[in-house]
Amino acid sequence: MKFTKLLTGAALAVGLATGAYADDQEKTKVGFVFVGPVGDGGWTYEHNQARLAVEEKFGDKVETVYVESVAEGPDSERVMTQMALDGADLIFTTSFGYMDPTINVAKKFPNVKFEHATGYKQAENVSTYSARFYEGRAIQGHIAGKMTKSNIVGYIGSYPIPEVIRGINSAFIHARKVNPDVQFKIVWAYTWFDPAKEADAAKVLIEQGADVVLQHTDSTAPQAAAQEAGNVITFGQASDMSQYAPLPRVSSIIDDWAPYYIARTQAVMDGTWTSGNTWDGIGAGMVGIGEISDAVPADVKAEALALKDSLADGSYHAFTGPLNKQDGSVFLAEGETADDGTLAGMNFYVEGIEGDIPL
Amino acid sequence: MDLSAINPILFVAGFFVAATPLIFAAIGELVVERTGVLNLGVEGMMIIGAICGFAVAVETGSPLLGFGAAAIGGAVLSLLFAFLTQVMLANQVASGLALTLFGLGFSALLGQSYVGVKPPRMADMNFGPLAEIPVIGPVFLSHDIIVYLGLALVACVWAVLKFTRAGLVLRAVGENHDAAHALGFKVKRIRTLAIMFGGACAGVGGAYISLIRVPQWTEGMTAGVGWIALALVVFASWKPFRLLLGAYLFGGLVQLQLNLQGAGVAIPVEYLAMSPYVITIVVLVFLSRSKSAAPGSLGRIFHASS
Amino acid sequence: MIALVKRPEPSRVFSLAAPVLAVLATMVFGGLLFAILGKDPLLAIKTIFWEPVFGEFAFFYRPQLLIKGAPLVLIAIGLSLGFKAGIWNIGAEGQYIMGALFGAGVGLAFYPAESALIFPLMVLAGALGGWLWAMIPAILKVRFGTNEILVSLMLVYVAEQFLASMSLGLMRSPEGMGFPGSRNLQQYASAHNADLITGSGMHWGVVAAFIAVIFAYVLMARHRLGFAIRVTGDAPRAAAFSGVNPARLVLFCLGTSGLLAGLAGMFEVSGPAGQVTIDFNVGYGFTAIIVAFLGRLHPVGILLAGGLMALTYIGGDIAQSKLGLPAAAIQVFQGMLLFFLLAFDLFTNYRLRFGRAEVV
Repeated sequence: MKFTKLLTGAALAVGLATGAYADDQEKTKVGFVFVGPVGDGGWTYEHNQARLAVEEKFGDKVETVYVESVAEGPDSERVMTQMALDGADLIFTTSFGYMDPTINVAKKFPNVKFEHATGYKQAENVSTYSARFYEGRAIQGHIAGKMTKSNIVGYIGSYPIPEVIRGINSAFIHARKVNPDVQFKIVWAYTWFDPAKEADAAKVLIEQGADVVLQHTDSTAPQAAAQEAGNVITFGQASDMSQYAPLPRVSSIIDDWAPYYIARTQAVMDGTWTSGNTWDGIGAGMVGIGEISDAVPADVKAEALALKDSLADGSYHAFTGPLNKQDGSVFLAEGETADDGTLAGMNFYVEGIEGDIPL
Repeated sequence: MDLSAINPILFVAGFFVAATPLIFAAIGELVVERTGVLNLGVEGMMIIGAICGFAVAVETGSPLLGFGAAAIGGAVLSLLFAFLTQVMLANQVASGLALTLFGLGFSALLGQSYVGVKPPRMADMNFGPLAEIPVIGPVFLSHDIIVYLGLALVACVWAVLKFTRAGLVLRAVGENHDAAHALGFKVKRIRTLAIMFGGACAGVGGAYISLIRVPQWTEGMTAGVGWIALALVVFASWKPFRLLLGAYLFGGLVQLQLNLQGAGVAIPVEYLAMSPYVITIVVLVFLSRSKSAAPGSLGRIFHASS
Repeated sequence: MIALVKRPEPSRVFSLAAPVLAVLATMVFGGLLFAILGKDPLLAIKTIFWEPVFGEFAFFYRPQLLIKGAPLVLIAIGLSLGFKAGIWNIGAEGQYIMGALFGAGVGLAFYPAESALIFPLMVLAGALGGWLWAMIPAILKVRFGTNEILVSLMLVYVAEQFLASMSLGLMRSPEGMGFPGSRNLQQYASAHNADLITGSGMHWGVVAAFIAVIFAYVLMARHRLGFAIRVTGDAPRAAAFSGVNPARLVLFCLGTSGLLAGLAGMFEVSGPAGQVTIDFNVGYGFTAIIVAFLGRLHPVGILLAGGLMALTYIGGDIAQSKLGLPAAAIQVFQGMLLFFLLAFDLFTNYRLRFGRAEVV
C-alpha cells in the first residue's frame, strides 16, 4: 500500500510540475467552476460576465477556462483537479457547496491559488470572497417602505440560509425605519431555480395584497407577474433586469464580480497574491445598484442614493443598533453595529417580522 | 397567521394558469400511451417547445406564431423518438430518457442568444361584459386563449377517443397491437402520428411556460414539469377528464402551499412541498382499487412478423 | 423494399459490433456538431474518449472513472432485475437519497465516537433506507395493484424534500456557520468510506458494484429466482402456471433495486461526496436507467455501459474546460450516443432483407 501511495504522490507531483510551472512564462491561466449553466441569466451568468471582463482586461496575457453545470461534491473536485493539472494558476470556485472540495484540491496543489465564493474555510492558497448584498437590500427596503400603499411587502426566499435571512432582515429594518406600519410576507420557494414556481410565488404574494415584491431568486418571473398585475414594484436580482424598467422594476442589485476577478488575476500575475477573506459591498463595487427608475418619486430616490453613498463610504452600517431580535431580546445596542461573524451566520429574524424561519 | 389574506377567487383563478402547461403535455402523452407507446421524453419535448416558441415569438413579435413553432418543434423532436421506437424497435423507456437528455442539451444550444430577452406579451381574451360577472368572470373568463385551447383540446381528445372511428382504431392499437395489425390497421403509422401529436402538445405546454407563465428563456426552465405530466397521465388512469382534475390538483396544491406560507401558517415548507406527491400516491391507491385502465400493449415493441 | 426479419437467435457478432458502430456514428455526427460550434471535431472527440483513459493525466482520470461509474453500475444492476421481469422502478434516485440519509444519519449520530463498527452499521442503515423506500411502491403494488412507475417516481420528489429538510435541519452541521449541509464524513475517520488504496478511486462502493455484477450474473444464469424473473418478463401467464409467485417477485425485485440504490447513496455520501447537502443527488438514479438498458439488462453489459457513461461525463468536462465547449453540447453528444446505441441494437435481433416483400 505504501508503494502505491508513493507512486500516486510522485505522479501528482509530476502533474504539479507540468501543471503549475509550464505556462508561467506565457499566459496566466484562470479557471472558473460554475454551478449552473452560463445561460441561467442570474448567478452563473454574472460570474461568466466577470470572466469575460478578465479576458477583455488582460487580452493575450491571460487564458480563461470554465466548466459549467458542475455538481457539488466529487464532480466539482474532479473538475478543479483537472484545471489544476492543466496548468491553471488561479481557480475561482463559485458556489458555497464547493467549499470542502476546494480545500481538498488546494491541499494537493500548493502552487495553485484558489478563490472560493461565499464560503468560510481558508487556507494558505485558498481565499474566500463574498458580496455584502444586504447593503443593497437596505436600499430596496427603504424604497419599499416609502412606496408601498398596502403596507405589505412580499419577499420570495430561496432556502432559509443566513445569506437570505440577512437580506430579509436588512430590507425589513430599513422599510420599518421609514414606515412603521409595513409588514413582510415571506414565501420560501425551496429551490434555487424553478422559474414557474417563482412566478407562482410572486402571484400569490401579489394576490395577498403585496404591492412591493422583493426576490432572492434569479429569474425575471416575479417581474413579469408584477407587470401583469400592475401597481406593483419589484427589484432586479443578480442582473439588472432593465428590460422591466421603469416599472415594475424600479432598481436592482447587480452581482458585479469583475473588479474583484480582475484584481485577483492581477495579483497572481504580479506575484502579490495572498490568502484572505474579502467581503465587499457597494463601496468596492462588488454590489451594484441598478439605476433607480423615474417611477420612484424624486425625494425617495434622493434618500435612497444618500443611503447608498453612506453605505458605500462606510459612514453607515446596514445593521446599526438599537435592534432587537424577533423574540424581543437585544441584538444590537444603540449605535452598535453587527460584526461580520454574526452576520455570516445569521439565523434569526429581527423584531417585527412575523412568522418563523422554517427548519 | 391570517387566512383571510387568501383571496379565494384569485386563488382558484390561479389554478388555470398553473395547470395549463401540465394539461397540454399530459393530454398529448395520454394519446400516445393510449396507442400503447410510453414516451418518457416529455420533458425534452417541452423544453424544445419552450425555446422554439420563445425564439419565434421574439423574432416575429407574435406569441401565437410562437406557439405554432413550439408545436412544430416538439413534433419534430418526437419524430426522433418515433424513428427509434417504431422503425429501429428500440426500448421505449430508454429512448424516452435519451430524448429528454438530448432535448435539454439541444434547447440550451438553440437558446444561447435569448437569455435575458423579454418576449412579446400575450393578451388575455376579451369576453366583454361577461367578464364582469362576479366570481365567474374573474375565475373563468380572465385568461389567455391558450388556457381555453387546452380545455378544448381535452374535450376534443375525449370525444374523439369515445365517439369516433379514429378513436376506436387508436385504442385498438393500444390494447392489442397484434390483433389491430391482423385487422389491417397500420400500427406503426398510427403510433407515429400519435407520437407527433404528443410532441406538438408537449411543445405548446413548454412554450406556455416560456412565453406566458414565467415569461423568459433560461436553460432547463421547465424544471421537471414534463415528469409531473407523465405522472398525471397514470394518475388520470388514461381518462381525459380525470386528467383535468389531476392537473388542477397538482397545480392547486402548489398554489395552496405558497398561499399558506404567505398567510403565515407555520408548517415546515419541505413537508408542504412534498404534499402534492404524497397526496397523489394516496389518491392513486384509491383509484387502483377499480381496475387500472392501462392500455394492454403499453411499452411493448411491435414488429409485424408476417 | 427493405424488410426486417427477426433472427432466430440474437446475433453474437452484432451484439458486439453494434456498440462499436454506435460509438463511431456518434463520433461522426458529434464531430459535425462540434464543427458547427466552431471547434476542432477530431480534437474534441479525442478529448472526450482518449484523454481520460490514455491522456497525459490518465493517472488521475482512471480512478475518477471508477468513482463516477460505480454508483451507476450498482444502481443499474438492481434495476435490471426488475426491468427483466417487467417491474418498473423509476425511482432509484429517491432510494439513493434515502440510503444516503439513513447511512449518514447513523454515522452522524455516533459523532465523534471512533469505532470500527460504525461504518458497517452505516452500510446496513444505507441498505435499509433504500430498501424501505422501495418497499412503499412494492407493497402498494402487491396490496392494491398501484402502478409502481408512478409511485416510485413520486417518491423521488418526496425524498428530495426530505433531503432538503435534513440538510437545513436535523443533520445540519453545528459548526457550519448556519449554512445548510451536514458535517463532512471525510473528516470523521470511523465513518469515512476512504479509498482502499489511496488515489486509486477504489472505495467500498466500487467493490460493492463489482460484487453486485457477479451476484446478478450468478442469479440470472444459475438460480431459480433468475429463471422466474426471465419467465415473468417474457410471458407473465406462463410464469404464473409454472409456480412463480408474482407478489414475492415484486417484493424481491423492487426491494433489491432499492437496497442497491440505497447502498450506492450511502457509499457516495460517506466517501466521494462527504456530506449531506440540499443538492446531494445528481441524477445517478435516472442515468442508471439508461445504463441498465444500454447494457441490455445484462450484468456485464451494464458494467461496460456504466464505464462508457462515466467516460463521457469525465471526458465531457475535460472538453468543456480545454476547448470551451458548452455543457449543452456535451449533453447533446451524450444524447446522440444513446440514440445510436439504442438504434443499432436492432441488428442484434433482426436482420435486413432486401428485395420485394413476399406475399403472405
